[in-house]
Amino acid sequence: MNLALLIIAFVMLGSAAIAMGLRNLIHSALLLIASWAAIAAFFLWAGAEFLAFAQVLVYVGAVSMVVLFAVLLTRQSRLDLNLAPVPFGRALGALIAGSAVAGILFGAILGTPLPAAAAPPPGLTVRQLGLQLMGTHAAALLVVGVILTVALLGAIVLASNEAAPKTPEAR
Amino acid sequence: MNPLQLCLMVSTGLFCIGLAGALARSNTILVLLGIELMLNAANLNFIAFWRYGPPSTPATGVLFALFAIAVAAAEAAVGLALIIAVYRHQKNIRLQDANTLKG
Amino acid sequence: MSALPSLLRLLEVGPGLRTGFLRLLSLEPVQRPGSTTMTAATADFARATDVDKGAAFLERLPVVLRDWIASFFPESLRWVVGALLAIAVILAVFGSLFALLTLAERKVLGRVQNRPGPNRTGPFGLFQPIADAIKMLTKEDVVPREADQVLHFLAPVALLGFSILTFAVIPYGRRLVPLELDAAVLYFFAAGAGTELAVFMAGWASHNKYSLLAAMRALAQLISYELPLLLSFVPVVMLAGTLSTSRIVAAQAGWTWGFLPHWHVFTPWGFAGFVIFMVAAVAESNRSPFDLPEAESELIAGHLTEYSGFKYALFFMAEYFGMIALSGMAITLFLGGWQAPLPFLEFVPSYVWFALKLLALLLGFIWLRATLPRLRMDQLTRLAWKFLVPLALVNLGTAAFWQLTAHWDGPLSAARWVVAAVLVVGPFLVLGRGLTAGIATRTYRYA
Repeated sequence: MNLALLIIAFVMLGSAAIAMGLRNLIHSALLLIASWAAIAAFFLWAGAEFLAFAQVLVYVGAVSMVVLFAVLLTRQSRLDLNLAPVPFGRALGALIAGSAVAGILFGAILGTPLPAAAAPPPGLTVRQLGLQLMGTHAAALLVVGVILTVALLGAIVLASNEAAPKTPEAR
Repeated sequence: MNPLQLCLMVSTGLFCIGLAGALARSNTILVLLGIELMLNAANLNFIAFWRYGPPSTPATGVLFALFAIAVAAAEAAVGLALIIAVYRHQKNIRLQDANTLKG
Repeated sequence: MSALPSLLRLLEVGPGLRTGFLRLLSLEPVQRPGSTTMTAATADFARATDVDKGAAFLERLPVVLRDWIASFFPESLRWVVGALLAIAVILAVFGSLFALLTLAERKVLGRVQNRPGPNRTGPFGLFQPIADAIKMLTKEDVVPREADQVLHFLAPVALLGFSILTFAVIPYGRRLVPLELDAAVLYFFAAGAGTELAVFMAGWASHNKYSLLAAMRALAQLISYELPLLLSFVPVVMLAGTLSTSRIVAAQAGWTWGFLPHWHVFTPWGFAGFVIFMVAAVAESNRSPFDLPEAESELIAGHLTEYSGFKYALFFMAEYFGMIALSGMAITLFLGGWQAPLPFLEFVPSYVWFALKLLALLLGFIWLRATLPRLRMDQLTRLAWKFLVPLALVNLGTAAFWQLTAHWDGPLSAARWVVAAVLVVGPFLVLGRGLTAGIATRTYRYA
């Protein structure tokens, strides 16, 4: 098969799997960031350059920062970052659920006759993307802008400290 | 097994890793990271079909994935703000402790 | 030998990258179907992107050298050789520029402060960078026992890696862009966003609460100034109609009235955008007056406290590379890239013009460090969020007005300039007065 795709898939799945299993929260977050970077490499391999750079900019550049800040703000001491091990029953249940879903989906994928077009990857210029975004999907673009604004304002409100000081006790 | 099926299997693998992680871990941040992995796996699916699908569709696959990235980023921000708010109340972020409506 | 082509075909990476390399390697002119630029005449555009139709020998020299070296290798390997040559040249040139820049900074700072700067090691202190390198290499590499060993090692490596990645899309000369990407500017800022991660890794892995606090402050500064940086180049993209750096440079070709270049900095919105970009670039590379994260007089070294020897040098190398890359991008976006300022000066090779502009901007960085005092953290973030971001947004509106009135000519073009200038200067004054409202005017008392 395609060597580059196999390497990218190996890095992506490997770092995601280890990230979900580690007991050190910061290492988990950093391995997940590596997984996101591998996903960007997959986008680059498939020929969607703009999407790959957007993935790096948004996930590796911004969401990773939010995650790391949240990890550091929700601990009492450095020891809180070493998590308790997952109880065996729970881990086994989760693995069985994951494998079952994987099995069903693999069966569905391998079963349906999917046509893989032998054509070279579609060359998508930023210009075409821009014309589509501002033309056909202009409404969706505006709605996504509103979603992002509202979501981030809400996040700031949720995460900020209690505002008004309580009334002083009567002495 | 043609390349499209391989890409779909890779994205399925990522989805199931995210699913298993979200189900198994009791730290809320790790659950959120598992959900982010599932969203990214869906994006991989879109790009796989855009790459190998019929060449008539202009840029719809890429655009959908772009919007999905934007919305997922917003959702991650809101989720992490919620986690910080919950932490302020119960001083830890174990998911099991967050199911009681204390005053 | 015949297995190599098939092996290379296995590594079928995305088409844009490979054809970009091939396009760089072949001598065909870089044709742009249907240019949409409104500022450059077609002839100037063609001349800017045209190949060596009578171009001077010095101008063609780098490309000729590269093709000569690549001709020793079989056809299928030529793109690899071209890429490796570009990497080697970038590392060599910018590595030595980094060394000379450390010396230049100390000399210029010294002269501004009325002292000679280093002048003992070699003539005019020219061997000072070598002495610094020897000192850094021979220092003991102290890593705290409780520190996260892997992360502590990876942080400077990741920082330097991302900083060097940003050099790949800057056009250094007429056909000297290492990587021809359609979304080049986005690639540049995506690679720059990766440096923030390395700052966090450095602060966290040191197992030092003061390092962690300093890393958080450094991250807050980097994230705050990311926004004016990105907003200030959006008007450039809007007016050039492309995200590709080589096409943005080509869109700034030509001269009005024979002497005023079409560079973006000579338009009202471009001037404001350039100033905002440079201020944000100074903050993004942690330079004075925004160098609170690494202030030697305040936090020891902030998130770099637990680093010694070569790793410390790597952090500073990454900072200087960031400075050089951001200056290179500012030149590409606003100062016309490798183009000559006057028509009769075109005999000077394009890469020399780029180098001159780069040195001028770097001198500006050093000059700022010598002149301005350090900003406090809250002043820093207030400057970013309450001053630069609104200005950048208004600048976007000004650029939109400029674009929409491109057909005004004659006396109307003077009106266009006046309206655009008012749109640029007005919010600057209003916001400036608003932000410095409650602060008393500074009185200077000299000793």
